[in-house]
Amino acid sequence: MSELYEKMTEDSAEPKKVKGPKVKGPKGKSPEGFKITSGPVGQSATFGSRAFDVINYALITLIAFTTILPFIYIVGASFATEYELTVRPMFIIPQDVSFEAYEYIFSSNKLISAFGNSVFITVFGTIINLFFTVTFAYPLSKQKLRGRNFLLNMVIVSMFFSGGMVPGYLLVSNWLGMKNTYWSVLLPGAISAYNMMIVKNFFQGIPQELEESAHIDGCNDLVTLIKIVLPLSLPVLATFGLFYAVGHWNSYFSAMIYMSGARDKWPLQVILREIIIMSTMSAGDLALMDPNFKEPPAQSIKMAVIVVSTVPIMCVYPFLQKYFVKGVMVGALKG
Amino acid sequence: MKKAERIAVYGSGKEYWRRLATEVKGSIWLYLLLSPGLVYLVVFKYLPMWGVVIAFENYSPFGGIFGSEWVGLKWFQYFFSNKMWTRYLTNTLILSGMNILFYFPAPIILALMLNEVRHLRYKKLMQTLLYVPHFISIVIVVSITYVIFGSDGIIYKLTEQLTGTEIKYLSDPAVFRWMIIGQTIWKETGWGTIIFLAALTNVDTQLYEAAMVDGAGRWRRLWHITLPAIRSTIVLMLVLRMGSVLDTGHEHLILMANAMNRSVSQTLDVFVYQQGIAAGQYSYTTAIGLLKSVVSIILIVTSNKIAHALGESGLY
Repeated sequence: MSELYEKMTEDSAEPKKVKGPKVKGPKGKSPEGFKITSGPVGQSATFGSRAFDVINYALITLIAFTTILPFIYIVGASFATEYELTVRPMFIIPQDVSFEAYEYIFSSNKLISAFGNSVFITVFGTIINLFFTVTFAYPLSKQKLRGRNFLLNMVIVSMFFSGGMVPGYLLVSNWLGMKNTYWSVLLPGAISAYNMMIVKNFFQGIPQELEESAHIDGCNDLVTLIKIVLPLSLPVLATFGLFYAVGHWNSYFSAMIYMSGARDKWPLQVILREIIIMSTMSAGDLALMDPNFKEPPAQSIKMAVIVVSTVPIMCVYPFLQKYFVKGVMVGALKG
Repeated sequence: MKKAERIAVYGSGKEYWRRLATEVKGSIWLYLLLSPGLVYLVVFKYLPMWGVVIAFENYSPFGGIFGSEWVGLKWFQYFFSNKMWTRYLTNTLILSGMNILFYFPAPIILALMLNEVRHLRYKKLMQTLLYVPHFISIVIVVSITYVIFGSDGIIYKLTEQLTGTEIKYLSDPAVFRWMIIGQTIWKETGWGTIIFLAALTNVDTQLYEAAMVDGAGRWRRLWHITLPAIRSTIVLMLVLRMGSVLDTGHEHLILMANAMNRSVSQTLDVFVYQQGIAAGQYSYTTAIGLLKSVVSIILIVTSNKIAHALGESGLY
């Protein structure tokens, strides 16, 4: 029943519920498919207004182009030869396409195993996140629950106060003894209070009658959650699952500080930092290759590493964009 | 609930407890369900808050919280007696100030620009392109910077050719802050527009029509209708931003910091990371973290008051 979700996101655009603009006067609706802006309407476009449009469109295009240009350049240059990189630095498509950089970085399994670690952390981390978020949000969505306000206040206080970086570090590494284990990156961020509150609000919006009828049929709260509430919440779970998953995939800091002694568990982002930013690690392993293979230029190796680690995010980007924008809107307007 | 009311509703003494017990028993599954989250909250959020007491101790991992020597305000005095503290504070404030001055308006301007676009398909395409960097990890953003601005990089070579001077983008302290701001603008401006675009969907279109009848040009409509419509959102975002003026995003800064740019890259956050986690001065850096939190709370309360004084709803 994604209608419910659609409704939720649609509602969020309704002016009444927004703490936003205090616009006086009657509310108007723009006709279907035509968006009235402060721009000209119909035939009333003047020369000045046209010029405004031309400059505006040109500027936006330029900004958007600048935004993705580095990616395009990196992809192109990762296939370039050393000669081209030094002689002709400005290009998008290289004249001589060379796969040496890619051959080199896949000559050792450093990147591949780091990739595997990242996938592991992302999958299990997201499962843990969703489990903790849902099980905590569902009881809190029941207004009749004893102690609900106390728990909600606990959550809100934790959003504004924290022990700071060092006590958090000591807790995980010394007091809980999670250093150099995967738990150190999976557990500390198990619930994002902000996401949990939005999921809770969503659960509250599910019609009570559905759950009551399940109760009459003899289901307890756990069965109701699994059989009635969760199936209704799949789009929301997808949204927050993606939020959490991208967070795990992109995070390097906790792995860097908590798993500093376990190189075999390092995720991709930490390896990337070692190879490109610190230059303390080589991406490939020449010893394992054909003795005639010459090490490709350092620049293209680094670029190839960047390309390989950006590809997964780009593959899921269409979903990310769709769900993330919705998630942000819901959070921003209903939170 | 007052005591008399409570007795009226739930009865007194034994009666109250019996009712409470049946009520809890009735929703026993709900309590079981929330127990993992509650344990998480206590262990990972509240234990570290309590762990702040090590700021007043000479904490050693062997002694633990209870066995370490109590030193009172020693670490706070130590911090302020060290002449370097002004440098960390200045670096923090300059970077945050530049962020508010140059990054903060960027999404607002871009949102206003996108709002003027009437070809919805074109707008959607541009948004798709503009949102990309938000999903890229900060490690990759800094990696791309290293590859492009490093001494083999295209920008480095181009500036050398065009101006004849070498600019060491990655190590020169003079450009460090601009690099950080530039990266932030590149990564987050597009994504930052969403919240303002959402606020802009609520503008009453009749206002534009009325303004047009009155002969208002595009700039005047933008200035008198569109901008006031997102005023509260801007104020809210600014209040939130002011509350985190001492946070400089250590995950980002640590990646860009190196031995050459230390004089400008060491903000409070970076110092806490370097001295606390990397060098093991736990008590000292916890004290600095505590100072930071206290100042942040004061800042957020103050800026919220200012927002109220300006007639906005603010954060709470």
